[in-house]
Amino acid sequence: MAGNMPVFHPPNDLAAPAEPGSPVMVAPLLPKSSPRRRSLSWRSREGRTSWEAFSVENLELSGSRPVASYPSKRSDSEKLGSQREISDDEARLVYINDPERTNQPLRFADNSIRTAKYSVLTFLPRNLFEQFHRVAYVYFLVLVGLNQIPQLGVFTPAASVLPLAFVLGVTAVKDAYEDWRRHLSDRTENSRTAQVLAAGGEFRPKRWKDILVGEVVKVAADETLPCDMVLLATSDPTGVAYVQTINLDGESNLKSRYAKQETQSTSPEAMSGLIRCEKPNRNIYGFLGGVDVPGSKRVSLGPANIILRGCELKNTSWVVGVAVYTGQETKVMLNSSGTPSKRSRLEAHMNREVILLAVALITLCSIVTILAGVWLTNHRDELDDLPYYRKEDFSGAEADTYDYHGVGLETLFSFLKSVIIFQVMIPIALYISMELVRLGQAFLMIQDKNMFDEGSKTSFQCRALNINEDLGQIKYVFSDKTGTLTENKMEFLCASVGGVDYSGGEEEAHSISVAGETLRPKMTVKTDPELMNVMMGGKGTEKAKQARDFFLALATCNTIVPILVDTTDPSLKLIDYQGESPDEQALVYAAAAYGFTLVERTSGHIVIHVLGESQRYDVLGLHEFDSDRKRMSVVIGCPDKTVKLFVKGADNSMFGVIQKGRDLDVIRATQTNLLAYSSLGLRTLVVGMRELSKSEFKEWQSAFESANAALIGRGKLLRALASDVERNLHILGASGIEDKLQLGVPEAIESMRQAGIKVWVLTGDKQETAVSIGFSCKLLTNDMTRIVINSNSRESCKKSLQDAVSMSSKLAAVSPGPENILTGTGSSRVPLALIIDGTSLVHILEKELEDELFKVATVCDVVLCCRVAPLQKAGIVALIKNRTDDMTLAIGDGANDVSMIQMADVGIGISGQEGRQAVMASDFAMGQFRFLVPLLLVHGHWNYQRMAYMILYNFYRNAVLVFILFWYVLYTAYSLTTAISDWNTQLYSIIYTALPTIVVGILDKDLSRKTLLKYPQLYKAGQRDERYNLRLFILTMMDSIWQSVAIFYIPYIAYRHSDVDGSGLGDLWMLAVVLLVNLHLAMDVFRWNWITHASIWGCIIATVICVIILDSIWMLPGYWAVFNMMGTGLFWVCLLGIIVSALVPHFTTKVLTEYFTPSDVQIARELEKIQNLSTATTSEILMNTFSQS
Amino acid sequence: MNPRGDSTSGSDGAAEPRRKSKKPRYSRFTQQELPACKPLLTPAIVVTTFAFIGIIFIPIGLLSLSASGQVVEIVYQYDTDCIPEQMQNDKVAFIQSSMTNKTCTRTLTVPKNMEGPVHIYYELDNFYQNHRRYVKSRSDKQLRSKASETETTNCAPEATTSDGSVIVPCGLIAWSLFNDTYSFAVNSKIIEVNKKNIAWQSDKEHKFGSDVYPKNFQMGGLIGGAKLNASIPLSEQEDLIVWMRTAALPRFRKLYGRIETDLATNEQITVTIQNNYNTYSFEGKKNLVLSTTSWIGGKNDFLGTAYLTVGSLCLFLSMGFIILYLLKPRTLGDPSYLSWNRNPDGHY
Repeated sequence: MAGNMPVFHPPNDLAAPAEPGSPVMVAPLLPKSSPRRRSLSWRSREGRTSWEAFSVENLELSGSRPVASYPSKRSDSEKLGSQREISDDEARLVYINDPERTNQPLRFADNSIRTAKYSVLTFLPRNLFEQFHRVAYVYFLVLVGLNQIPQLGVFTPAASVLPLAFVLGVTAVKDAYEDWRRHLSDRTENSRTAQVLAAGGEFRPKRWKDILVGEVVKVAADETLPCDMVLLATSDPTGVAYVQTINLDGESNLKSRYAKQETQSTSPEAMSGLIRCEKPNRNIYGFLGGVDVPGSKRVSLGPANIILRGCELKNTSWVVGVAVYTGQETKVMLNSSGTPSKRSRLEAHMNREVILLAVALITLCSIVTILAGVWLTNHRDELDDLPYYRKEDFSGAEADTYDYHGVGLETLFSFLKSVIIFQVMIPIALYISMELVRLGQAFLMIQDKNMFDEGSKTSFQCRALNINEDLGQIKYVFSDKTGTLTENKMEFLCASVGGVDYSGGEEEAHSISVAGETLRPKMTVKTDPELMNVMMGGKGTEKAKQARDFFLALATCNTIVPILVDTTDPSLKLIDYQGESPDEQALVYAAAAYGFTLVERTSGHIVIHVLGESQRYDVLGLHEFDSDRKRMSVVIGCPDKTVKLFVKGADNSMFGVIQKGRDLDVIRATQTNLLAYSSLGLRTLVVGMRELSKSEFKEWQSAFESANAALIGRGKLLRALASDVERNLHILGASGIEDKLQLGVPEAIESMRQAGIKVWVLTGDKQETAVSIGFSCKLLTNDMTRIVINSNSRESCKKSLQDAVSMSSKLAAVSPGPENILTGTGSSRVPLALIIDGTSLVHILEKELEDELFKVATVCDVVLCCRVAPLQKAGIVALIKNRTDDMTLAIGDGANDVSMIQMADVGIGISGQEGRQAVMASDFAMGQFRFLVPLLLVHGHWNYQRMAYMILYNFYRNAVLVFILFWYVLYTAYSLTTAISDWNTQLYSIIYTALPTIVVGILDKDLSRKTLLKYPQLYKAGQRDERYNLRLFILTMMDSIWQSVAIFYIPYIAYRHSDVDGSGLGDLWMLAVVLLVNLHLAMDVFRWNWITHASIWGCIIATVICVIILDSIWMLPGYWAVFNMMGTGLFWVCLLGIIVSALVPHFTTKVLTEYFTPSDVQIARELEKIQNLSTATTSEILMNTFSQS
Repeated sequence: MNPRGDSTSGSDGAAEPRRKSKKPRYSRFTQQELPACKPLLTPAIVVTTFAFIGIIFIPIGLLSLSASGQVVEIVYQYDTDCIPEQMQNDKVAFIQSSMTNKTCTRTLTVPKNMEGPVHIYYELDNFYQNHRRYVKSRSDKQLRSKASETETTNCAPEATTSDGSVIVPCGLIAWSLFNDTYSFAVNSKIIEVNKKNIAWQSDKEHKFGSDVYPKNFQMGGLIGGAKLNASIPLSEQEDLIVWMRTAALPRFRKLYGRIETDLATNEQITVTIQNNYNTYSFEGKKNLVLSTTSWIGGKNDFLGTAYLTVGSLCLFLSMGFIILYLLKPRTLGDPSYLSWNRNPDGHY
């Protein structure tokens, strides 16, 4: 039943909005011939579809379909197809019902699909190969390898392999599990069955994966299509079939597809013929081909004639088609490239610092190496019997040298050994910690009840786990409109009938009974009792008649298909109106609510339940919507034998064809009402009618028939006929439809604006709609200067852009400058808004005008792009992404947003009513646009600051240890001994110091949610890279060096003249460094909850316990050393001295910066604390405060 | 309902529409609202902290200094001194020759009253007991039990004699055992040197076996140092145990023994040194040290000084911050300091 959900797709093509100030317009009828659809040319392999080709509306009707009962489904591919043939070598030849011949000489791919990445055999090599794309892992692998060389064996082999093996193992298990799930789903998918025409001329079940190109497949209602097929026949005599493409492009409404008349009548087993079509490509809205039916002329095929894998057949009892693309070559598979793996900006920056650390590491190693070389050279003569070197070996029969390879080689070994010993300079634990912290952060984001959508019961989803911190640095948000900013639910709100505005009313379910069954429209609409009264007020009154005609027009003048849906109550059925325009759906539901229920539609007539009785209306003709007329009309034969023409359309087009000199008051009143509606952001339509006299009708009918029969210029003829008949209309009224904004959208946009995030809206909608939505969501305001670019050619684009550049610079110059900053009042410049349409973007993005656009767009506060194709959306994101360092975020809900979601640094899918495509491609998915605010401002801020601090801290922590080791090496004749034992060194970053940084990385909050939402400007800290930058890195490293000096040299001097042993001093150094780095962390923690306490103090205690355990093992040289150390006063005095003197600089700097150059975050923290103190509230329980109004 | 009813037939197969429709349950943890303490470095806290550190550190420093001051230490460097005038040019030959008389008698004056026990140390300098080759050159298993006598993995080149029999204790550390000896007399009366319990009890009990006896020790082509009495188990060879606890730094002291009696001021101690150990080949220094101890160990003014320095620095910082806070006061948490309030231009 999923297909019958009342989920409406946005009126991307068909919208009827208003530009404030000029009340408006538009007829929603033309279904799918907008540039949005047709210009969706992904990198089609043939590359012949391109945006330019489709920038002009093409309205020619194609042949082969019954007269005007349904909107035509044309496409450019089809149009092109009629103009030229596909040459044989670039065509795929499919012999209908002859798979053997079709698959000769080349066999096409079978219909099995494979989304799994690995097989049992390839798993290990391929997974490892993928994992080692991380350069850090290669580095650690090299070191592990080096350590295995006996001369270099610094650590025991097992100890050296373990950390890396652990990291790789965990990741491999995770990947294996994911892939196993993919295998399972592949298997289920491949073993589904479909009815395939077998040799005996009957349909037999066959597994999906065995379907071959050329085979004839029969699909029944509500079944999923197994492959891409050309429709041959359907259960409907006219050859129409309805499919739901939700899995393909995310649109939930039904789309009609057609079998060609030439094949429709043939019985399936007799089907034969040759289909010539394009090679497989990704363009789901394009198809180009032709079929040679025996005994008939060549018939061209277009996108309207194919049904694609993944779609579901709806409302059609069966279809028969021939498989043309199968398995991996189906359009849906070609379109399902996986999400490209993204790397967070912080991690990218981190790599820069890792390189610096590598340089530092090499420097340290070189110093040690040079000194070791010098030492060896100086002592060359003594080495033989030097008690602590002793290279002479007398244990054999002859004197020999023991383990000595000459100064040169020994020096080289020194270098390699020092690399092994100092390797933790580049922290391997950091990579694991980051994964864990992101996991924890993701968990907290998912659990956040402020991002749980009550309406759709969806919680937040983290699909990408490696870009959490990017959420805190976003500077550009690219948003889809329909379904993202708006709810994608059209609602009939008010009507103006006969010049009187009716906009009150309550909702009530209006049901009718037909043949013993109760039917009820699925959606309820508010009805105005007054209007109801007027309508019921006797047939005689002019007003009542007008009202009835108004709703009759709404019920007839459309292409909506009513579908009856069973409910649990057998006597009750719901009527679900399916159609391609949500506006029309809203209108039909409205008509139903007022007693004009559309119950049935066939190719020739419709049945409307009019105020208690069923009436049959013949649809004699339909004039489609086109962008010139901006209206549509139907010619209806009424039960009372009159013939009426109903027209609906945009106001500016409608008022031109309304009979002059009649109903002047009504027209004036209607215009006033329209102005009021559009200023509310409603989409308006004007409805008119005319009764055709017998002669008029005859005249029209013959013209209509001959136009339809015409072979050349049919479209033009029909258009002319439509304009001819649509005149002298009698105005019935106007409607106001609301494309409801999602909850909290204006507030969310305002918050983001304050946070320094630029919001761009990219929509397939028309400019007027986009602008009106822009106003209603407060993106556009009246004080903004609008720059509009609507150009049809490259030159005019260029000129518009240049004008825009000069205009923006002029405005910048005019606006008051520095003095304004001094006075501190008013805004400094005129805000600018750029409005640009898809046609212009075609010229701009494909030609070298991108730079100009970038210049203009970046000075503008708001950018609205209308009528953009999916790939253009990606192009716009790329425009910013490639030219600036700023982070981009794209948010959308439909399949048309996929390319943009994948292109942006962060892609967010709205998991609302539309399909799953956007969510599948996204990094994060959520239920509502307004959740962006808590996501970015709160979680993004936290994640960024946590991760930034964690990275710096990890660098610091490991550097301190490395420097201590380095200082010690200077006192061991550069022989790379470590006083701190191997085990302590290895455990240092795993046990002694790992947990607190992870806990702090997940849980610490610099500011509370309330403060972050109250001051969105605090978000700018992330945009400015405030918490992680080169300066901070250098300061941190300087601090590390100082602290290592304090840790090393205080005991060194204190114990210089004592009988201390190496292990004892090593233990002191170890305990000091662990204590110190943990206290350093403790000093930087913003919020101490019990988990933080437990982890930091727990870790220190764990370290002491570990050191004690290690020193209780008699095998190790440090046996009992720590107890002997702890028994002396000197040890404790040293420890205290180290801690305090090491931390004084850090503490002092912290105090100075916090007090004298406070950051915004710091002031907000103080504010938080002081306010809390003054109001004496129990600190933390600050519930969600984001405005829900 | 068909489990794949609304799923994507082709796209990412793994990702079934598995919507988690469970509403997150409220807990303070998941909503990140755990009760927490938010420390803030207010001027009062900063000044108090620094002052507190100063107040703690200065007394500790003074205590350390006084403890160190009470320690009496006699250091006598004898490596050059104990070589006869005529051999000064070829010290190595002197020390390596078995013919030379290595006994050397000197008199030391006690500068201050030394209460017993007085520790006797030898101090070596420029001897890298922490050299990587050296520290590894031992076998803890062999030292601990007779059963593991042949475990000499890291001991080369002192693992076996030239005929292949195992050396116990093996390795360079044991091989280079220090072998100078000292005896003391005051007014011709010999002072007893207590050589018991100079090693750690833990080492004697657990690291060095009581059933392990020296074997083939110092029988190789090169004599490194002291020989061991093959009839005494390793657990009682305390000089070896002390020596094998390798020092952390190239200059180190090791406990030689203790004088249990007090030494009075200006007493003349006659020291008889058997100068056997060869530090001359690598210019190592040898010192004899007599020292009393305190709670802070030996004589060590550094820590006291450091504590006084840090303590007074902190007091100074404390004062400095008071002055800074007075000179440049800032109301904590004043919204007017927020960057967008200071600079309206930044806010668009």
